[in-house]
Amino acid sequence: MAHSEHADHAEHDHHGPAHGFIQRWVMATNHKDIGTMYLVFAGLMFLIGGAMALVIRAELWTPGLQFVDPQFFNSMTTMHALVMIFGGMMPAWTGLANWMIPMQVGAPDMALPRLNNFSFWILPFAFLMLLATLFVPGGAPAGGWTIYPPLVVQGGANFPMSMFAIHMMGISSILGAINVIVTIMNMRAPGMTLLRMPMFTWTWLITAYLLILVMPVLAGAVTMVITDHYFGTTFFSAAGGGDPVLYQHIFWFFGHPEVYILILPAFGVVSEIIPTFSRKPLFGYESMVYASASIGFLSFIVWAHHMFTVGMPLAGQMFFMLTTMMIAVPTGVKVFNWSTTMWKGSLTFEPPMLFAIAFLFLFTIGGFSGLMLAITPADFQYHDSYFVVAHFHYVLVPGALFAIIAAVYYWLPKWSGHMYNQTLAKWHFWLSAVFVNVLFFPQHFLGLAGMPRRIPDYATQFADWNAVSSIGAFGFGFAQLLFVWLIISCVRGGEKASDHVWEDTHGLEWELSSPAPYHSWTTPPSDAVILRGTTGH
Amino acid sequence: MLRKTGIPSALVATLALLGAAAPAHADWLLLNMPEGVTTMSGEIRSLHMNVLLWCTAIGVFVFGWMIVSLVKFRRSQGAVPDTTMVHSTKAEVIWTIIPVFILVIMAVPAARTLIKLEDASNSQLSIKVTGYQWKWQYEYLDEGVSFFSTLDRASDAARQLDSGVDPNSVPNYLLSVDNPLVVPVGRKVHVLLTSQDVIHSWWVPDFAIKKDAIPGVTNSVSFEVKADKPGTYRGQCAELCGRDHGFMPVVVEAKLPADYAAWLAEQKQAAAQNLTAAN
Ligand SMILES: [Cu+2]
Ligand SMILES: [Cu+2]
Repeated sequence: MAHSEHADHAEHDHHGPAHGFIQRWVMATNHKDIGTMYLVFAGLMFLIGGAMALVIRAELWTPGLQFVDPQFFNSMTTMHALVMIFGGMMPAWTGLANWMIPMQVGAPDMALPRLNNFSFWILPFAFLMLLATLFVPGGAPAGGWTIYPPLVVQGGANFPMSMFAIHMMGISSILGAINVIVTIMNMRAPGMTLLRMPMFTWTWLITAYLLILVMPVLAGAVTMVITDHYFGTTFFSAAGGGDPVLYQHIFWFFGHPEVYILILPAFGVVSEIIPTFSRKPLFGYESMVYASASIGFLSFIVWAHHMFTVGMPLAGQMFFMLTTMMIAVPTGVKVFNWSTTMWKGSLTFEPPMLFAIAFLFLFTIGGFSGLMLAITPADFQYHDSYFVVAHFHYVLVPGALFAIIAAVYYWLPKWSGHMYNQTLAKWHFWLSAVFVNVLFFPQHFLGLAGMPRRIPDYATQFADWNAVSSIGAFGFGFAQLLFVWLIISCVRGGEKASDHVWEDTHGLEWELSSPAPYHSWTTPPSDAVILRGTTGH
Repeated sequence: MLRKTGIPSALVATLALLGAAAPAHADWLLLNMPEGVTTMSGEIRSLHMNVLLWCTAIGVFVFGWMIVSLVKFRRSQGAVPDTTMVHSTKAEVIWTIIPVFILVIMAVPAARTLIKLEDASNSQLSIKVTGYQWKWQYEYLDEGVSFFSTLDRASDAARQLDSGVDPNSVPNYLLSVDNPLVVPVGRKVHVLLTSQDVIHSWWVPDFAIKKDAIPGVTNSVSFEVKADKPGTYRGQCAELCGRDHGFMPVVVEAKLPADYAAWLAEQKQAAAQNLTAAN
């Protein structure tokens, strides 16, 4: 960045946040303000996507159709996924990256503040457009979040709107990823070498590369669907010599790395929290970095495990089965390293640690079912059944979402300067941890017993476990209101948090005051501070 | 009991599950993949059980390890952290190599089964299955027999929004059709799958078969119902195919060869009559 421009910034650096809503938020360039906007946006989307999930579970509570038309039900499953993945998870991680990466690497702000503003402000418009499809004739998209042709082309007015919205989200993600990479590569404090970086920053760096590599692939797939619909191309239309299966290959070349985009930063968060509350350095820091990188690499050569039933040649099925199984190796290394970090530690169970421990157990269950799904012949039974629904929800809810919640409980006192009500947060934890299992564990049984996913009504032998799952859903959903209340009251006031917040924190963010200053590291931290902050070195 | 009264009795049922005394209910026991009735379904199920057991064993070990830490190394128990434990190349090599061995043990039988599944040779009968929104068409190739298979009327009436019909009163609710597919037991059946509109997927859990029906593509899959397992087997479309995706069941009747031959002759005769009537 040019020197003169930097001097301009320094002018109002000392004034703190700008006054007035438009100046501070609409024209925001500060990484914390933008991070906050991302997190608030994600929170809103989690609530909307959660409400959609409750519509689904209400309809599935008993056999027969009680509340919604099948078409609307399909819209709910489709929109629930799009809103949760692109509106909830991804912006939540970007928000956390915005807040934490400059603080963790010793930088004053993100490298490209105006780009940062742009990448955030695309999102509200994208989601306004996506959610508006609920009110157009024909209703919201109902062909599944994977937008498979030819079904997706049957969408009416929602088709151009949802396609355009997905394009906009993609652009936003790419810009966000560029900003993360540039910040990490160029804005680290002098002593902050790559292998001293905190795990959250590391995993986000790998995530950002995955984003840059795969979001354009999704954009390509979406564009081809659009030209098939409007401009007479037949990429995916058999009638013109195209192939619907080609779409699935392209989509899942994006889709599988996308899963790791959602989970890698979670690995980072857990790798920060477990050492803190075990009062021990992270075990095997370097192997954690390499394991994350290998997971990132492997994510590009496993995509067709999502489509074993499309009729691939034997060699293809074999290849994707074996590569997928291999992912268990680096993932296992991570789980073993986390377990060893707790071994011979001195553990306490504050709310972030509770969520991190639940992550360890429940993400591992999701990993086991993932390994089962890799076994191609058995996948012929699991595929598109509730077993798959159980699998990816274990990975994404007590996996990624619990990590996001843990991260908020971990860093919120640093952001707001206040400690939240920990007793209530523990209640939030226990309610979430119990109900999430009541919600998703029975879905394994349903899938194995033969219930397909994405159906609004089911044969009566599936009634019992569906009812249990629905009870879990409502319990889990309402428990999250506690979280909303805790965050709001913590931001508004409460017991003052110390600079280190927790007893045994490592990392540069804890060397700043609480609440963190508006511009994080206006002068780079000294080597001594960096060494004090780095885990295990 | 559960389905009629909704929330309150569902809560009761959950409590029952948690250990309180309650009348036994068979559907609670639908927990696992069916053993199935084809020559391959048992083998696929044992692959599933094999991996499940490995996962359980690894789970007991890993979760046990974590639980010991959670119990033994708490500060409230006076645990003092060993901050010198930073890394161990030996441990890291061990927990990379051992999982690789376990994976190989899992992969070998899986690969063997996969190769067997792909073998469509020696089939004695070919049936073309075509997916439509929202029904199936079955064509017996070389026999001139062909018909559509749609959700039966009783289910269709009960599944309408607020129909007022209790699904429990409908036999095989959502899993029965007007014209089931009929196959002989003890014969290898070759199924060719395609679609006329969007992608569907033909799934019969008892056959351990799920294969997509894709427009412009002809997929193939084969199965042989064991000779001692005649019966009616039920499944559903497994790939989201639009509004009534949940309402296009797959029903297969596996008959003894003699019964099958009689059925086929009857169908042929009916088809011939239709043809003369049309002329
Ligand atoms: Cu995948
Ligand atoms: Cu279908």
